[in-house]
Amino acid sequence: MGKFIRLKKGFTINLAGKATPKIGESEAPDTVAIKPTDFQGLYIPKLVVNEGDSVKAGTVLFHDKKYNQVKFTSPVSGEVATIIRGDKRKLLEVVILADKSIQYESFKKHTVSEIANLSAEEVKTQMLTSGVWVNLIQRPFGTIAEPAGVPKAIHISAFDTAPLAPEYSILFKGQDHFFQTGVDILKKLTTGTVHVNIHTGSELSTVFSQVKGADVNKFSGPHPSGCVGVQIHHIDPINKGDLVWTINPFGVIQLGKLFLQGIYDASKIVALTGSEVKNPHYVKTITGASIKKIVANNIASDNVRFVSGNPLTGTNIGKDGHLGFHDHQICVLPEGNHHEFIGWILPGINKLSFQRAFGLFSFLMPSHEFKVNTNTHGEPRALVQTGIFEQLVPMDILPGHLLKSVLAEDIDEMEALGIYEVIEEDVALCEFADVSKHNVQEILRDGIELIRLS
Amino acid sequence: MKFLRNQLDTVKHHFEKGGKWEKFFFAYEAFDTFLFSPNTVTDQRGAQIRDAIDLKRLMMTVIIAMVPCLIFGMWNVGHQHFLAVGQAADFGQKIGLGALKTVPIIIVSYGVGLGIEFIFSTIRRHPVNEGYLVTGMLIPLVMPADIPLWQVAVATAFAVIIGKEAFGGTGMNVVNIALTARAFLYFAYPLQISGEVWTFLGSEATTVAGYSGATPLAIAAQSTGNVVTDLNAFGASWGEGLYSFWNMFIGVIPGCIGETSTLMCLIGGFILIATGVGSWKIIVSVFGGAWGMGLLLNALGSSAFSQVPAHYHLVMGGLAFGAVFMATDPVTAAQTETGKWFYGLMIGMFTVLIRVYNPAYPEGIMLAILLMNVFAPMIDYFVVSANKKRRLHRATV
Repeated sequence: MGKFIRLKKGFTINLAGKATPKIGESEAPDTVAIKPTDFQGLYIPKLVVNEGDSVKAGTVLFHDKKYNQVKFTSPVSGEVATIIRGDKRKLLEVVILADKSIQYESFKKHTVSEIANLSAEEVKTQMLTSGVWVNLIQRPFGTIAEPAGVPKAIHISAFDTAPLAPEYSILFKGQDHFFQTGVDILKKLTTGTVHVNIHTGSELSTVFSQVKGADVNKFSGPHPSGCVGVQIHHIDPINKGDLVWTINPFGVIQLGKLFLQGIYDASKIVALTGSEVKNPHYVKTITGASIKKIVANNIASDNVRFVSGNPLTGTNIGKDGHLGFHDHQICVLPEGNHHEFIGWILPGINKLSFQRAFGLFSFLMPSHEFKVNTNTHGEPRALVQTGIFEQLVPMDILPGHLLKSVLAEDIDEMEALGIYEVIEEDVALCEFADVSKHNVQEILRDGIELIRLS
Repeated sequence: MKFLRNQLDTVKHHFEKGGKWEKFFFAYEAFDTFLFSPNTVTDQRGAQIRDAIDLKRLMMTVIIAMVPCLIFGMWNVGHQHFLAVGQAADFGQKIGLGALKTVPIIIVSYGVGLGIEFIFSTIRRHPVNEGYLVTGMLIPLVMPADIPLWQVAVATAFAVIIGKEAFGGTGMNVVNIALTARAFLYFAYPLQISGEVWTFLGSEATTVAGYSGATPLAIAAQSTGNVVTDLNAFGASWGEGLYSFWNMFIGVIPGCIGETSTLMCLIGGFILIATGVGSWKIIVSVFGGAWGMGLLLNALGSSAFSQVPAHYHLVMGGLAFGAVFMATDPVTAAQTETGKWFYGLMIGMFTVLIRVYNPAYPEGIMLAILLMNVFAPMIDYFVVSANKKRRLHRATV
């Protein structure tokens, strides 16, 4: 049965530029790109297409050199336009020139009753060849799920508490049937339970709350209660040796469509947000789409940053960049590349801070929406302050000590302090609030990789 | 402002890599970032926005919290002097005399300390951390007003070099730096820092009959009967009500510059707690530990000092100042939230124990904090181990 978990720790960042709940029109993107850098744990991408090849939605572009069966497929039909490589010929992007109307690779279609009789092996094979598989993330480490693994549970976080996050009730409206089918299929892959975690405060979406065959857990509390790692910690924590998978509802729906319709459907709704967007709203587009047409004529100023993902964990992709594989959100934030005279001491109510040394009177205006730029507001310093990280991670974990153990590269200590339970997004708020301006997420990833590769 | 910015930008390239003053980059950076918040932006991946707070803001908040103690301390230095020589003086004269004595100490403390910080940052090639902004103000506040300036300089140099830089600089030190400075003087030049004539400045005037600069703790330590009666009797000879409870709470008593007033320390403590800069757990538990130990000694002790009412311990000596400004130093305190309770309690208890049972040291807060600074990592060790055990236990169930 589902649990009800109340979380108190954390901080909901209230930024200006939330998307209005309507889905705006946008032209289909000219180009679509799949970026191997979006996938943690992808060993080496092995390309199977060349520039100029024509592909359909669901055609394999590259696969993992270590796990051959893990395929990465094209979200659209069209022509492979450019293959962008970086230093040491590292594959950065496979850019596809999209057709006007999408041609799909056909995969095997099933009826609901046929699906009930499918074996786990059959399910895995179809997921892997179609490219739906890479939606599955495994814990520990937050990498693409290993095909041979059998997780003790699969967790689906059905809400997002990150700053400016999209409402899932809008993103996945009317997809009940596909979501239910996806959950039915996922149940075949685990020996345990499929958990769907919903928020008590958000608009009730029947897509998630009425799902059958899964435990529906309710959460309340500020960010990061929407991070699946935090949810796992309170439902069924990860211990050493455990394997747990997580998947975004988008992946579950994509999985449902794959089996019911026999296609790899990569169309998605994303939220265009941020204080620099004139008219923030939702847009129907496709995984990996170029954001050029989405943001066109809707940006308030020139000195801005285009972020794929949310402001805490996102990536700066530039004005012509392509949407990240896992992202449902574009943020346009003002760049903070300017000096401010004695900015560190000036009192101000327009600066956002978790700490009361800055936001002493912030309780007077609890619903104030802040306009925050990308300035670091300070320089890297030694770790001095204590007790702040602990207020931002609603888990029985000591984030400060965990980080220090990573900096010391002490693997035993990292294990003992619970590194298996967290990935970057779970500690992103610590990076935001750190007085000493450490790249907390990067440090944690270094620690995870040290263990994973050792 | 534009002009200043342009000037800084014009000389900046000299300090950057390859420039002629490349060595002094971090010294330049300290000035530049002091005047202007830097224009650096967040990385391509990870948090795209950052909290408005930085270490400068944090440290400046502590300094603001110390201002009431400083102002009151200056006035009290003057007040105690005129009280000792039996002259009437107005507010301006008192604070003027106090400033005359206090400001040079502050200048020496900052001058010597920041000088060493800049030298080390240049040699070690690390940024100048803002920690010394607080330490530089704490040191004068725990000095008596008539301390020779050269002693302040020597103590500051010792504390910054041996107490901090030897361990790697800000954030790495084991013991509180300001207290290291005071402890150094305490053991190296005991005459000036534990003497009984702190308040009588200069020799041109003569003191009133019955004058003695003995602090309440010194009297309590020498008392053989009822300490409260002795304290009252002491004041009665030349300053009526000098050592009454409320006088000690407000702080109109002899003592070091900033530490006499419990009231001002509590105002500072309120600022620290309201802004979240100081740990309320530590402040509350130090007071609680001292009060609890006082009560315990009342019940069990036999000496005159052990019978001092427990609430007297909270206003005598530097307990309040230590609890609010010294024990809460995040670098040297316990770093776990549970550990902070224990750490504060132990400081409070040890302070009273040292006061009552160690005749050589009338005041115990300095030694108690230094002792617990050393034990703070061990407290954390147990708290962290408990966390690890919970995780391990969960895995094996």
